[in-house]
Amino acid sequence: MRKKDMTGSIKNTMKLVLPSLSVNESMARAAVAAFCSQLDPASTELADIKCAVSEAVTNCTVHAYRDRVGLIYITVSLSSDGYAKIEIRDRGCGIEDVKQALQPLYTTDAESERSGLGFTVMESFCDKVKVRSKMGVGTTVTLIKRFGGRKTDA
Amino acid sequence: MIKSEGILTHSISDRRMTIRLSGEIDHHSALSLRGAADELIYRHRPASVALDLSGIEFMDSSGLGFIMGRYALLKKLGGEIVLLDPNERVEKIISLAGLERIISIERTEKK
Repeated sequence: MRKKDMTGSIKNTMKLVLPSLSVNESMARAAVAAFCSQLDPASTELADIKCAVSEAVTNCTVHAYRDRVGLIYITVSLSSDGYAKIEIRDRGCGIEDVKQALQPLYTTDAESERSGLGFTVMESFCDKVKVRSKMGVGTTVTLIKRFGGRKTDA
Repeated sequence: MIKSEGILTHSISDRRMTIRLSGEIDHHSALSLRGAADELIYRHRPASVALDLSGIEFMDSSGLGFIMGRYALLKKLGGEIVLLDPNERVEKIISLAGLERIISIERTEKK
Protein backbone atom coordinates (compact mmCIF):
# COMPACT_ATOMS: atom_id res chain seq x y z
CA MET A 1 0.00 0.00 0.00
CA ARG A 2 1.31 3.41 -0.89
CA LYS A 3 1.95 5.94 1.84
CA LYS A 4 -0.72 8.55 2.41
CA ASP A 5 1.38 11.49 3.49
CA MET A 6 3.97 13.56 1.74
CA THR A 7 7.55 13.00 2.83
CA GLY A 8 9.53 14.33 -0.13
CA SER A 9 11.01 17.81 -0.24
CA ILE A 10 8.79 20.73 -1.26
CA LYS A 11 9.54 21.83 -4.78
CA ASN A 12 6.96 24.55 -5.27
CA THR A 13 4.32 26.43 -3.29
CA MET A 14 1.45 28.78 -4.01
CA LYS A 15 -0.57 31.01 -1.71
CA LEU A 16 -3.96 32.35 -2.59
CA VAL A 17 -6.22 34.62 -0.52
CA LEU A 18 -9.81 35.11 -1.60
CA PRO A 19 -12.94 36.63 -0.07
CA SER A 20 -15.62 34.04 0.67
CA LEU A 21 -17.88 34.99 -2.21
CA SER A 22 -19.57 32.03 -3.86
CA VAL A 23 -18.37 33.21 -7.26
CA ASN A 24 -14.82 32.45 -6.06
CA GLU A 25 -15.53 28.73 -5.62
CA SER A 26 -14.78 28.07 -9.29
CA MET A 27 -11.80 30.41 -9.25
CA ALA A 28 -10.25 28.58 -6.28
CA ARG A 29 -10.63 25.08 -7.70
CA ALA A 30 -9.40 26.14 -11.15
CA ALA A 31 -6.33 27.91 -9.71
CA VAL A 32 -5.37 24.98 -7.47
CA ALA A 33 -5.84 22.49 -10.32
CA ALA A 34 -3.76 24.63 -12.68
CA PHE A 35 -0.93 24.80 -10.13
CA CYS A 36 -1.10 21.04 -9.43
CA SER A 37 -0.83 20.25 -13.13
CA GLN A 38 2.95 20.77 -12.79
CA LEU A 39 3.05 17.31 -11.22
CA ASP A 40 1.66 15.89 -14.48
CA PRO A 41 -1.44 14.34 -12.90
CA ALA A 42 -3.91 12.11 -14.70
CA SER A 43 -7.08 13.91 -15.78
CA THR A 44 -9.12 11.95 -13.23
CA GLU A 45 -6.71 12.95 -10.45
CA LEU A 46 -7.03 16.59 -11.40
CA ALA A 47 -10.83 16.28 -11.45
CA ASP A 48 -10.67 14.73 -7.96
CA ILE A 49 -8.65 17.67 -6.63
CA LYS A 50 -10.97 20.21 -8.24
CA CYS A 51 -13.96 18.62 -6.59
CA ALA A 52 -12.33 18.29 -3.15
CA VAL A 53 -11.16 21.93 -3.20
CA SER A 54 -14.60 23.06 -4.30
CA GLU A 55 -16.12 21.31 -1.28
CA ALA A 56 -13.67 22.83 1.20
CA VAL A 57 -14.05 26.35 -0.22
CA THR A 58 -17.85 26.02 -0.29
CA ASN A 59 -17.74 25.08 3.40
CA CYS A 60 -15.94 28.39 4.09
CA THR A 61 -18.60 30.33 2.16
CA VAL A 62 -21.62 28.51 3.52
CA HIS A 63 -20.59 27.59 7.07
CA ALA A 64 -17.45 29.34 8.35
CA TYR A 65 -18.53 32.78 7.18
CA ARG A 66 -22.25 32.13 7.17
CA ASP A 67 -23.36 35.68 7.88
CA ARG A 68 -20.43 37.71 6.57
CA VAL A 69 -17.72 37.68 3.95
CA GLY A 70 -14.30 36.72 5.29
CA LEU A 71 -11.01 35.67 3.80
CA ILE A 72 -10.12 32.16 2.67
CA TYR A 73 -6.40 31.32 2.76
CA ILE A 74 -5.27 28.57 0.42
CA THR A 75 -1.73 27.18 0.43
CA VAL A 76 -0.65 24.52 -2.06
CA SER A 77 2.65 22.69 -1.67
CA LEU A 78 3.95 20.27 -4.27
CA SER A 79 6.58 17.74 -3.27
CA SER A 80 9.33 16.08 -5.26
CA ASP A 81 7.66 12.69 -4.75
CA GLY A 82 4.43 13.69 -6.49
CA TYR A 83 2.28 14.83 -3.57
CA ALA A 84 0.08 17.88 -3.41
CA LYS A 85 -0.80 19.27 0.00
CA ILE A 86 -3.61 21.82 -0.05
CA GLU A 87 -4.47 23.78 3.06
CA ILE A 88 -7.75 25.68 3.08
CA ARG A 89 -8.01 27.93 6.12
CA ASP A 90 -10.64 30.33 7.34
CA ARG A 91 -11.05 32.58 10.34
CA GLY A 92 -14.73 31.85 10.63
CA CYS A 93 -16.99 30.45 13.32
CA GLY A 94 -15.27 27.08 13.74
CA ILE A 95 -16.80 23.61 13.96
CA GLU A 96 -18.16 22.59 17.34
CA ASP A 97 -17.86 18.85 16.79
CA VAL A 98 -15.49 17.88 13.98
CA LYS A 99 -16.25 14.18 14.32
CA GLN A 100 -19.94 14.85 13.79
CA ALA A 101 -19.27 17.22 10.87
CA LEU A 102 -17.35 14.44 9.13
CA GLN A 103 -20.32 12.07 9.26
CA PRO A 104 -21.87 11.45 5.83
CA LEU A 105 -25.18 13.30 5.34
CA TYR A 106 -24.66 15.45 8.45
CA THR A 107 -25.53 19.07 7.72
CA THR A 108 -26.45 22.09 9.78
CA ASP A 109 -28.13 23.67 6.77
CA ALA A 110 -30.68 21.22 5.31
CA GLU A 111 -33.02 24.01 4.21
CA SER A 112 -30.53 25.30 1.66
CA GLU A 113 -30.28 21.84 0.10
CA ARG A 114 -26.84 21.06 1.44
CA SER A 115 -26.34 17.34 0.87
CA GLY A 116 -24.11 16.84 3.90
CA LEU A 117 -21.58 15.05 1.71
CA GLY A 118 -18.82 17.64 1.41
CA PHE A 119 -16.33 15.87 3.66
CA THR A 120 -17.33 12.49 2.22
CA VAL A 121 -16.38 13.78 -1.24
CA MET A 122 -13.07 15.18 0.07
CA GLU A 123 -12.24 11.90 1.79
CA SER A 124 -13.16 9.84 -1.27
CA PHE A 125 -11.18 11.95 -3.71
CA CYS A 126 -8.02 12.53 -1.64
CA ASP A 127 -5.53 10.23 0.03
CA LYS A 128 -5.83 12.02 3.34
CA VAL A 129 -8.03 14.75 4.84
CA LYS A 130 -7.23 16.52 8.11
CA VAL A 131 -9.54 18.96 9.85
CA ARG A 132 -8.45 21.25 12.68
CA SER A 133 -10.99 23.65 14.10
CA LYS A 134 -11.50 25.90 17.07
CA MET A 135 -14.75 27.65 17.88
CA GLY A 136 -14.54 31.36 17.18
CA VAL A 137 -11.06 31.04 15.69
CA GLY A 138 -11.50 29.13 12.46
CA THR A 139 -10.94 25.91 10.60
CA THR A 140 -8.10 24.46 8.56
CA VAL A 141 -8.80 21.62 6.16
CA THR A 142 -5.73 19.88 4.74
CA LEU A 143 -6.10 17.75 1.65
CA ILE A 144 -3.29 15.44 0.60
CA LYS A 145 -3.22 13.68 -2.71
CA ARG A 146 -0.52 11.80 -4.52
CA PHE A 147 -0.51 12.05 -8.27
CA GLY A 148 0.43 8.86 -10.01
CA GLY A 149 0.59 10.71 -13.28
CA ARG A 150 -0.75 9.90 -16.68
CA LYS A 151 0.98 6.55 -16.73
CA THR A 152 -1.42 5.34 -14.06
CA ASP A 153 -4.48 6.91 -15.71
CA ALA A 154 -7.15 4.27 -15.62
CA MET B 1 -11.97 34.76 -17.34
CA ILE B 2 -13.04 31.83 -15.24
CA LYS B 3 -16.76 31.42 -15.12
CA SER B 4 -18.85 29.21 -12.95
CA GLU B 5 -21.94 28.88 -14.95
CA GLY B 6 -24.60 26.30 -14.83
CA ILE B 7 -26.93 26.40 -17.78
CA LEU B 8 -30.45 25.06 -17.78
CA THR B 9 -32.60 24.40 -20.82
CA HIS B 10 -35.81 22.43 -21.08
CA SER B 11 -38.21 20.72 -23.44
CA ILE B 12 -41.62 19.13 -22.91
CA SER B 13 -43.19 16.25 -24.72
CA ASP B 14 -46.41 14.64 -23.57
CA ARG B 15 -46.14 15.69 -19.89
CA ARG B 16 -42.57 14.52 -19.70
CA MET B 17 -40.21 17.40 -19.16
CA THR B 18 -36.54 17.17 -19.93
CA ILE B 19 -34.36 19.59 -17.99
CA ARG B 20 -30.85 19.73 -19.35
CA LEU B 21 -28.08 20.91 -17.08
CA SER B 22 -24.75 21.89 -18.52
CA GLY B 23 -21.60 23.72 -17.50
CA GLU B 24 -20.40 23.78 -13.91
CA ILE B 25 -22.76 22.85 -11.08
CA ASP B 26 -21.46 24.08 -7.74
CA HIS B 27 -22.91 25.92 -4.75
CA HIS B 28 -22.72 29.23 -6.63
CA SER B 29 -24.50 28.10 -9.79
CA ALA B 30 -26.94 25.72 -8.05
CA LEU B 31 -28.73 28.64 -6.41
CA SER B 32 -30.05 30.10 -9.65
CA LEU B 33 -30.56 26.68 -11.25
CA ARG B 34 -32.85 25.69 -8.38
CA GLY B 35 -35.06 28.71 -8.93
CA ALA B 36 -35.23 28.15 -12.68
CA ALA B 37 -36.00 24.42 -12.39
CA ASP B 38 -38.67 24.87 -9.75
CA GLU B 39 -40.35 27.61 -11.72
CA LEU B 40 -40.60 25.28 -14.74
CA ILE B 41 -41.89 22.40 -12.65
CA TYR B 42 -44.57 24.50 -10.93
CA ARG B 43 -45.64 26.08 -14.19
CA HIS B 44 -45.93 22.88 -16.26
CA ARG B 45 -46.64 20.27 -13.56
CA PRO B 46 -45.04 17.45 -15.57
CA ALA B 47 -45.85 13.83 -14.74
CA SER B 48 -42.17 13.09 -15.01
CA VAL B 49 -38.93 14.98 -15.26
CA ALA B 50 -35.79 13.69 -16.92
CA LEU B 51 -32.73 15.53 -15.64
CA ASP B 52 -30.29 15.37 -18.52
CA LEU B 53 -26.82 15.49 -16.96
CA SER B 54 -24.81 14.77 -20.11
CA GLY B 55 -23.57 18.34 -20.56
CA ILE B 56 -22.16 18.79 -17.06
CA GLU B 57 -18.47 19.69 -17.05
CA PHE B 58 -18.07 19.91 -13.29
CA MET B 59 -20.26 18.92 -10.36
CA ASP B 60 -19.62 18.72 -6.63
CA SER B 61 -21.92 17.82 -3.73
CA SER B 62 -23.99 20.96 -4.35
CA GLY B 63 -25.18 19.18 -7.50
CA LEU B 64 -26.31 16.29 -5.33
CA GLY B 65 -28.26 18.77 -3.23
CA PHE B 66 -29.86 20.07 -6.41
CA ILE B 67 -30.87 16.57 -7.58
CA MET B 68 -32.17 15.59 -4.12
CA GLY B 69 -34.17 18.82 -3.88
CA ARG B 70 -35.88 18.29 -7.25
CA TYR B 71 -36.55 14.65 -6.32
CA ALA B 72 -38.27 15.82 -3.13
CA LEU B 73 -40.31 18.44 -5.00
CA LEU B 74 -41.50 16.01 -7.68
CA LYS B 75 -42.39 13.50 -5.01
CA LYS B 76 -44.47 16.13 -3.23
CA LEU B 77 -46.27 17.01 -6.46
CA GLY B 78 -46.89 13.39 -7.36
CA GLY B 79 -44.45 13.22 -10.24
CA GLU B 80 -41.30 11.25 -10.78
CA ILE B 81 -37.74 12.02 -11.76
CA VAL B 82 -35.07 10.14 -13.66
CA LEU B 83 -31.44 11.03 -14.36
CA LEU B 84 -30.26 10.96 -17.94
CA ASP B 85 -26.75 10.19 -19.21
CA PRO B 86 -24.46 11.21 -16.34
CA ASN B 87 -20.80 11.17 -17.38
CA GLU B 88 -18.26 9.13 -15.45
CA ARG B 89 -17.38 11.97 -13.05
CA VAL B 90 -20.99 12.82 -12.26
CA GLU B 91 -21.80 9.15 -11.79
CA LYS B 92 -18.95 8.83 -9.29
CA ILE B 93 -20.46 11.58 -7.14
CA ILE B 94 -23.99 10.19 -7.53
CA SER B 95 -22.87 6.79 -6.31
CA LEU B 96 -21.06 8.33 -3.32
CA ALA B 97 -24.47 9.54 -2.18
CA GLY B 98 -26.18 6.28 -3.16
CA LEU B 99 -28.67 8.30 -5.21
CA GLU B 100 -28.95 5.53 -7.80
CA ARG B 101 -30.82 3.51 -5.19
CA ILE B 102 -33.70 6.01 -5.08
CA ILE B 103 -33.59 7.65 -8.52
CA SER B 104 -33.27 5.62 -11.70
CA ILE B 105 -30.59 6.43 -14.22
CA GLU B 106 -31.40 6.18 -17.91
CA ARG B 107 -28.91 6.04 -20.71
CA THR B 108 -29.60 6.93 -24.30
CA GLU B 109 -27.49 5.22 -26.91
CA LYS B 110 -25.63 8.08 -28.49
CA LYS B 111 -22.29 6.51 -29.10
